[in-house]
Amino acid sequence: MKKRKEAKKIVFKSEKEVPLMPMSVGSFLFNKTGVWRNIRPVIDPTNCIQCGICWKFCPDVAIYIEDEFPMIDYEYCKGCGLCAEECPSKCIVMVEEEK
Amino acid sequence: MSQDKKKKKMRLSLPEEELMNPGHVGCQGCGATLAMRYTLKALGQKVVLCIPACCWSVIDGPFPYSSLDVPIFHCAFETAAVSASGVKAGLEMVGDTETTVVAWAGDGGTFDIGIQALSGVAERNDDILYICYDNEAYMNTGIQRSSATPYGAWTTTTPVKHFKNRPKKDIDAIMAAHRIPYIATASVGYPEDLFKKAKKAKDIKGTRFLHIYAPCPVGWKSRSEDTIKLSRMVVQNATFPLYEIEWGEKYTLNIKLKEKKPIEDYLRLQGRFRHLTEKEIAYMQEEVDRKWERLLATVEGCQ
Repeated sequence: MKKRKEAKKIVFKSEKEVPLMPMSVGSFLFNKTGVWRNIRPVIDPTNCIQCGICWKFCPDVAIYIEDEFPMIDYEYCKGCGLCAEECPSKCIVMVEEEK
Repeated sequence: MSQDKKKKKMRLSLPEEELMNPGHVGCQGCGATLAMRYTLKALGQKVVLCIPACCWSVIDGPFPYSSLDVPIFHCAFETAAVSASGVKAGLEMVGDTETTVVAWAGDGGTFDIGIQALSGVAERNDDILYICYDNEAYMNTGIQRSSATPYGAWTTTTPVKHFKNRPKKDIDAIMAAHRIPYIATASVGYPEDLFKKAKKAKDIKGTRFLHIYAPCPVGWKSRSEDTIKLSRMVVQNATFPLYEIEWGEKYTLNIKLKEKKPIEDYLRLQGRFRHLTEKEIAYMQEEVDRKWERLLATVEGCQ
């Protein structure tokens, strides 16, 4: 897996500095959507069969692959529960977020 | 974690490269973001997107920030197809023939507001790829009825007492009547199939039309974890069959069904169909059966 790009917000001092087209280099990574979450997915690696289905069906690209295992990026995971529903070995559980 | 498990290599059915970044503002369990993710995986980075007013013009992020790694052109609601056609003509003027120009519109921008521009582009056979992700109402502005809304569905402009009593517009047949090189339907529940179709569409010259079924948990009043289940069920009960049409005549069915599932299980997962009675469901089942038989006959006639 490639290293994630830096999540830094580019600030414009005046309107003249703003580009004419949207900047397409991951410029919206500073928006940490993890704060939307009420329930969080937790992967149990002992039962994981490494099928990659959770990675494939994540709408927020919040699951990445490290050392041949799926990992969840809690900075961006919105807690939709799709990974837990689709996991064929049922090794992902959704637990209540502690606030 | 056992040691031999660590040695096993993970086999992924799609390429690992991501052109969509996390941090976008799509709702939980959004089907449209999945559609974009798979499509960009297939098309690669040499792509220009023309996005009219639709969910994706919001999901992408506020101007000038963007959560996609490809250039985006936000255009007016009714001009998705012609904007893409203009971008393509401009690129050709400067000698760039490789870049795929994609018009990425929702169902409102395709079925209702954008159909005039789309029809014009299809008639001229301009070299663009038009992708419609279909969430069956104007979800972005607050779940208003569109002509892609199916029979019986609740929306804010067709309340329960006066639910929509007209069927969904058959956009694929309309596009097939234009005799364009490639038309395909896809569903986010079958990512490999969607990936294959987007790759195939990329290599064809002329107007290509891709119709992607993308569930919307907010507008359909379904659970966010049911997105993939719904988009798989809709294919298995033949409400949204997956097929390709070449030059408006040659039909190919991609997912052949051994046994067709009843439509009721699919309807019961969605709050927008909660008010339907047995009689209305029986009518809907009848309509689905009739359409499916007609499609099967068309496919058979092509072979």
